[in-house]
Amino acid sequence: MAGADDILACTAREIAHAVNARERSAVEVASAVSGTVAGRDRGLGAYLTLTPQLMLAQAQRVDERVAAGESLPLAGVPVAIKDNMCLRGTRTTCGSRMLEGWTAPYTATAVERLLEAGALPIGKTNMDEFAMGSSCENSALGITRNPYDRERVPGGSSGGSAAAVGAGLATIALGSDTGGSIREPAAFCNVVGFKPTYGRVSRYGLVAFASSLDQIGPFARTVEDAALTYDAIAGHDRRDATSVDRPLETTAAALRRDLRGLRVGIVKEFATADLGAAIDRCYARAYADLAALGAELVEVELPTAKYGLATYYLIAPAECSSNLARFDGVRYGLRVAGADVGEMYEQTRALGFGPEVKRRILIGTYALSSGYYDAYYVKAQKARTAIADDFKAAFAHCDLIASPAASAPAFTFNAKSDPVAMYLMDYYTIPVSLAGLPSLSVPCGAVVPDGGTRPMPLGLQLASPLFTERLLLGAAHAYERHTRHAEKLVPA
Amino acid sequence: MRHVAKLARLALTETEVAQYGSQLAGLLAFVDELRELDTEHVGPTAQVIESRNVVRADDVAPCLDGAEVLAAAPQAQNGFFRVPKIIAAAQ
Amino acid sequence: MISERESAAAPLAESKYEAVIGIECHVELKTASKMFCGCPNEFGGEPNTKVCPVCLALPGALPVPNAAAIEHMIRAGLAFGAEIPAFSKFDRKNYFYPDMPKNYQISQYDMPLTQGGAVRYWLADGTRRECRLTRIHLEEDTGKSTHAGSGDGRIAGSTYSLVDFNRAGVPLMECVSEPDIRSADEAVAFLDALKRTFVQLGVSDVKMEEGSLRCDANVSIRLRGAAEYGTKTEIKNMNSFRSVHRAIESEIARQTGLLERGERIIQETRGWDEAAGETHSMRSKEQAHDYRYFPDPDLVPMEIAPATVDRIRAALPELPIARFERYVDEFGLGVAQATQIVDNASLAEYFDRAVRAATTPAGVVNFVLGDLSRLANEHGIDVAQSRVSPEALAELVALTDAGTINSKVAKDVLARLWREGGSARAIVESDGLAQVSDPGALAAFVEGALGAHPKSVADFAAGKENALKFLIGQVMKASRGTANPTLVEQVLRKRLR
Repeated sequence: MAGADDILACTAREIAHAVNARERSAVEVASAVSGTVAGRDRGLGAYLTLTPQLMLAQAQRVDERVAAGESLPLAGVPVAIKDNMCLRGTRTTCGSRMLEGWTAPYTATAVERLLEAGALPIGKTNMDEFAMGSSCENSALGITRNPYDRERVPGGSSGGSAAAVGAGLATIALGSDTGGSIREPAAFCNVVGFKPTYGRVSRYGLVAFASSLDQIGPFARTVEDAALTYDAIAGHDRRDATSVDRPLETTAAALRRDLRGLRVGIVKEFATADLGAAIDRCYARAYADLAALGAELVEVELPTAKYGLATYYLIAPAECSSNLARFDGVRYGLRVAGADVGEMYEQTRALGFGPEVKRRILIGTYALSSGYYDAYYVKAQKARTAIADDFKAAFAHCDLIASPAASAPAFTFNAKSDPVAMYLMDYYTIPVSLAGLPSLSVPCGAVVPDGGTRPMPLGLQLASPLFTERLLLGAAHAYERHTRHAEKLVPA
Repeated sequence: MRHVAKLARLALTETEVAQYGSQLAGLLAFVDELRELDTEHVGPTAQVIESRNVVRADDVAPCLDGAEVLAAAPQAQNGFFRVPKIIAAAQ
Repeated sequence: MISERESAAAPLAESKYEAVIGIECHVELKTASKMFCGCPNEFGGEPNTKVCPVCLALPGALPVPNAAAIEHMIRAGLAFGAEIPAFSKFDRKNYFYPDMPKNYQISQYDMPLTQGGAVRYWLADGTRRECRLTRIHLEEDTGKSTHAGSGDGRIAGSTYSLVDFNRAGVPLMECVSEPDIRSADEAVAFLDALKRTFVQLGVSDVKMEEGSLRCDANVSIRLRGAAEYGTKTEIKNMNSFRSVHRAIESEIARQTGLLERGERIIQETRGWDEAAGETHSMRSKEQAHDYRYFPDPDLVPMEIAPATVDRIRAALPELPIARFERYVDEFGLGVAQATQIVDNASLAEYFDRAVRAATTPAGVVNFVLGDLSRLANEHGIDVAQSRVSPEALAELVALTDAGTINSKVAKDVLARLWREGGSARAIVESDGLAQVSDPGALAAFVEGALGAHPKSVADFAAGKENALKFLIGQVMKASRGTANPTLVEQVLRKRLR
């Protein structure tokens, strides 16, 4: 449909403006988008479930509210939702056989707020199983391909959401980030991906992976759209005890034109010389662009950052081994019959979980077990404090920290068969997650990967101190408007 | 490895025991580098946010609809969730 | 059933061995909603109707602690003199079981809300004892499973189980005592003290038959005078205080028998079989549980301000043990009487008010536990709900003690007060019920009775004591009960000499 192309080429801001001004109806948007997405997603695999009826019903409600005089921040904006967030009445699978047939009886707070703001749910997107992975290859329910090169991964774990936005099959999307699961796929798919400060967005209704690290955040093609989405979903929620009760600064109205007066920290330990000449040049140029916008570049040190991976791969699995214990075949989800309950547990979980999930449950159980708890889990939590302290110290000298979002662009399927090699993809994002800092990835150029033919996008990671989302998004917007890298690449 | 799998209620084949066993060993070797980090003077982080005393008032809220709840059950009987026999030692 | 040999050995063994008992109990807190969600905390109801994403452990659900439960815990701890630390947290206790929706229980491991303290209790003979508490901590209850297919509802032999999660998530206090208890009697007295205190504080109903109190006992024996503990067994499945008593006695006897025969006691868990009257070994666990405790990352720590602790402590009512001691030590009540009053909070308050207005506690007790309680039971209400005000009762007691009215008249006045309320003194005056002790008046009644019943006079002279009783009765009747019966008897005997 011609209408669909128009609509999907617009930003969220433009769509909301048009719908609120009644230049377009939400129903028009819903019909156009629903009609095209299924077909266009066929070779991409971003979506696991499409929700056209829900989208239409929601669109009707939006039109009614607008007609009654309301102005909704995301009126009529088509949104894709990662399949680990509960949406009442829809299948919520977490990319796993364990929940392949499960329908959520309630809706996550963040999703509720998104809908309350007028957004229209297109469907649920593919992901690494239970959010564990960096390529979306761990999904048990389908393959998602990178929109810029279909032989390559979209990144993970929020691969489907990133691909949907990157391919123009959604205007915005929600993803979740534990160690980099929004930022890394955003970098791979040429979109903006933002992870707020831990505690800013409610986790109620987000299927837990690592409770002290998980955060929901937006994907969008522009920083402004990401800011609009964040503003709609952030804020205290009584149903989440870890959600912070602090005043919210809105971000969409405070975007910056330049970076004058800001100091940007370049991390000594994150030097890009070893990443290959083309990549090195790309980031050198990105840092130069920041300076050109008026930022003062400052070298900072994060001596404990190198322990980030080891720390993360003890804490996250430990928490997940406990969080995933509820999947036992008793109350919902997959059940494999057994002669007794014990056998039922073991066979259900053996069949329901894929290898990466099992790996992490095993190591997590081990790290918490008697005799090893102090040496592994407690030690990792102490290392985490040290890493967070390093960031605090660094932020005494700068306002933002810049680094690559990932060490390389999207790789080909099955390229990282060794688990540890896969874990290294989150090298830059993990320390930031451990410290709970707000952070995002914004497109910063492209390189042709080794063995590849097409240029693949790279992402610049920006991080700022706790609860400074306004500063972070404001600065990212300035960089994005000045460089406009995303526009230079066309999906395959 | 078998003991850990038992604690986690994961049935593993012999091949998997060997495979995960060696992957786990590899991962443990990888995380072993944490030993070098001096953490004598830091406390463990339980949460990065510094909230305290987050509680709720003792108010009753609506429950889920019983029929909907049981409709999702792999096996239900007379309003209960049905499971195969529990061997006492499985506690 | 203990064998004849064992029961014969019992008296001998009693002096040789000492029982060492610790009690661990789980007490459901009385709150409107569950510990971590807003589902109602109520007993009964259709299965799986009081559940929500949180207590059913649906994917994505999160716990938020109930403020009232925390406050109840602190109150309970302070009532037993426990220490409330400045800092506390929740931990996850990980293990798999079908009635545990998350397959971990949110509990407290190394930083419980209370530490230490002691339960002071009393035995039927008035002996007072104390059992120290190790700790009381806060956690959530599991669902309930029933086992089908075995014919007797037990797990062994069942072919499947049915689970109801209505109870999952109800707030639970786990109280762990030190092994200071030395007999089954003491164990029950300890539980009684716990129950009385929790009920009075309003933190729990403590009804074993509804499951709001569940307890296990750790029992061991050792030679009297020995310093080390013997091997202990854990006794489970006791469903009433009476079962607790029987089970502990049975276990003490069993262990005594084993030791006397030179056999070893195996450390194990034993289930009490009410019907058979003995404990049976439950298959001992292959290995101790590895609960993999770690702080729950979905919850934040609790910092308890000294001001909060002070406020709660200041608001504590007079506790049952203090009341009991006051009644026995200051008022001289008997143990049974004091216990009976202490057990009923509204009765105790009534009693205290009456005593404050009265001359003698003993007099008040007799009325309160006697005629007044009887009237209350007959009418199905509490003494405190009756029309007899504590002050009126105190007045009645004063009139009786002073001899102004006799006990029969007192009963009548009480009945009037019961029906109409008002003042005892007013009733006595208006009805002229004051006991007649004036010799002249008495003499008149006596002459009247003697004159009307010459045969009785003759019978008494012939040695029949019953005739005197009859004559006393006649005098009482003539005086409409107001004559002082003791004096009447004196006058009659003198007159008939």
